[in-house]
Amino acid sequence: MTAVDATAQALGLRVGMPVTKAQALVPGLVIEPADPKADAESLERLALWVLQRIAPIVAVDPPDGIVIDSTGADHLHGGDAAMLDALIGRLTLSGVSARAAIADTWGAAHALARYGSNPVLIAMPGASIDMLAPLPLEALRLSPAIPAGLRDLGFSRIGDLIGQPRAPLTLRFGPELSRRLDQALGNSAEPIEPLRPEDMIEARRSFAEPIAAAETIARYIGKLVATLCEALEVRGLGVRRLDLLCHRIDSRVETVRIGLARPVRDPQRLTRLLCDKIETIDPGLGIEIMTLTATLAEPMTERQAVSHLIEAPEPDLSGLIDTLANRVGARAIYRFAPVASDVPERSVCRIPALAEETGAGWPDHWPRPSRLLPRPEPIETMALLPDHPPNWISWRGVRRRVRRADGPERVFGEWWKRDAELVAVRDYFRIEDDAGERFWIFRAGDGEDVATGSHRWFLHGVFG
Amino acid sequence: MALGCLHEVAGGGNGAVDGAAAACFVAGIAARTQGKVLWCVAQQDLFAPGLEQAGLPPDRVIHVEAGDDKSVLACMEEGLRHGGLGAVVADIARLPMTASRRLHLAAKESGTIGLALRRWRRQAEASDFGQPTAAMTRWRISVLPSRPLPVPGVGRARWLIELIRARAGESLDIELEACDGSGHLGLPADMADRPAAAEGRRHSAAS
Repeated sequence: MTAVDATAQALGLRVGMPVTKAQALVPGLVIEPADPKADAESLERLALWVLQRIAPIVAVDPPDGIVIDSTGADHLHGGDAAMLDALIGRLTLSGVSARAAIADTWGAAHALARYGSNPVLIAMPGASIDMLAPLPLEALRLSPAIPAGLRDLGFSRIGDLIGQPRAPLTLRFGPELSRRLDQALGNSAEPIEPLRPEDMIEARRSFAEPIAAAETIARYIGKLVATLCEALEVRGLGVRRLDLLCHRIDSRVETVRIGLARPVRDPQRLTRLLCDKIETIDPGLGIEIMTLTATLAEPMTERQAVSHLIEAPEPDLSGLIDTLANRVGARAIYRFAPVASDVPERSVCRIPALAEETGAGWPDHWPRPSRLLPRPEPIETMALLPDHPPNWISWRGVRRRVRRADGPERVFGEWWKRDAELVAVRDYFRIEDDAGERFWIFRAGDGEDVATGSHRWFLHGVFG
Repeated sequence: MALGCLHEVAGGGNGAVDGAAAACFVAGIAARTQGKVLWCVAQQDLFAPGLEQAGLPPDRVIHVEAGDDKSVLACMEEGLRHGGLGAVVADIARLPMTASRRLHLAAKESGTIGLALRRWRRQAEASDFGQPTAAMTRWRISVLPSRPLPVPGVGRARWLIELIRARAGESLDIELEACDGSGHLGLPADMADRPAAAEGRRHSAAS
């Protein structure tokens, strides 16, 4: 048996068990013959999918892994943790259960993803050694004979090996052990050869003399973009993701990735977006090869500009959105759209800035504040229960007398979301103090039944 | 308010911190322009249903959550330079002279109206509003008790709108009713009854 899923594991089946034994254990077991070639192909397809969506340097880590260089890509996703969450979430949605780890080196990430305690792990820079120490020897990507031999000598965890003199170990087990250990600890480099499918459009330029000046980089970016756009035009494609890889002479790779909201083939726009990012490239001692790859390309349909004699044409905002998205991250640009929910914080959702106009709003609502506090803040009040507004409130240390009030507007909990909300109630009031400041406050609970809420008061928003 | 210029709006009193009335005022102005509106903030706390009630439907507003003041200014400038937007709004605390001049020039080039909604973390920092900037006009919106109703309840909100500074123009202050669903302000009935008093007040404010 080469692979078992969670159900099979619950039945007591393990990887490495003979098929006959498994069939004896579980009558009527369905067994599929292993197809390593198809597995490798589908792993490569998955790696390509990750390449197009997550990071510019992605490679297959056979037999069951994908390695991603997250440097220079996390800002598009809003940080390491958000990137992993998005990746795992989307894999889960498509039926792949995955474990992930971010660490300083390929070796450490490989070990933590497979043998770490959590399915999602982020090792702080420099903390990899401590996290690797308790893991078993198999985590080091050694050929199967070596861990067994090491265990005979009394080594059981990676931590046991770290302080040991290397010469006797190398004499006995060959150079592989030292190499893998150094790679995991970051003492020796292990470049990731990025996955590049054959039909991917790429422009490449090697330099006789390494380049480092920002102006020179900008000039060659312009040339690469022009070449790439010609190749795209031949195939009728436009880019959605563009990766610039700068190979330095010390064999490190600096990457820049830009994302576009719609397929684009305009050299000027692409050059400008890439040149905005030049300051993030650290040329070190010099760059010897630059490659520009259209990682995600989509068919581009030329649209005829609508010319009305009367109406002005709708301005194209996709260029602006792209510029802003590459500056602050694609998640930070959005529109709000209504959600059918009476709970205020759930009544809005964020949609992409260039999504179709829905025309929907929040019609026939009671007045709503223009600013909503990130979370309701507790206030002190004196109020007559069950359904009167407070006489005064005290918020952030300031006591205000309530002159006028409207309410209550009762919001019921959404029992289909959480069991705890089955009977929960909020009573919203709109109040105005002596100075004319208007607030949106609510009481958790209906004022009579303790089960409906704590009966504490909160301030939730400020009216203009 | 002239298009193709930068305008500053701040709240008075506690409004300098929460910026709620100023947001409604700005939303009302932006609602009456043509095209989409770019609204840049450092940390998002706008409530879209509230903006819709000030006349700005959610389909028209593109929000940018830039994280810090410097990026907010950069995004605002980018939006003003583009020229395809109806209005560009930004919640900013510090607006130095150089930055405001850049924004004003960007607005002038494209003809888009730029609205800097000044909003500070603490009340004490609001004295920054007196510092000179290149903005065309400077407004302060303070909340007033709402219109009295014959029944218990809160009536239509009222604001004291002060035009503190206008380049080549007179300042004024006026009491108005808050934005309705189309972004229009209203003239309170009791004020319309006494135009002379209101007129006198305007001149006293100009000095």
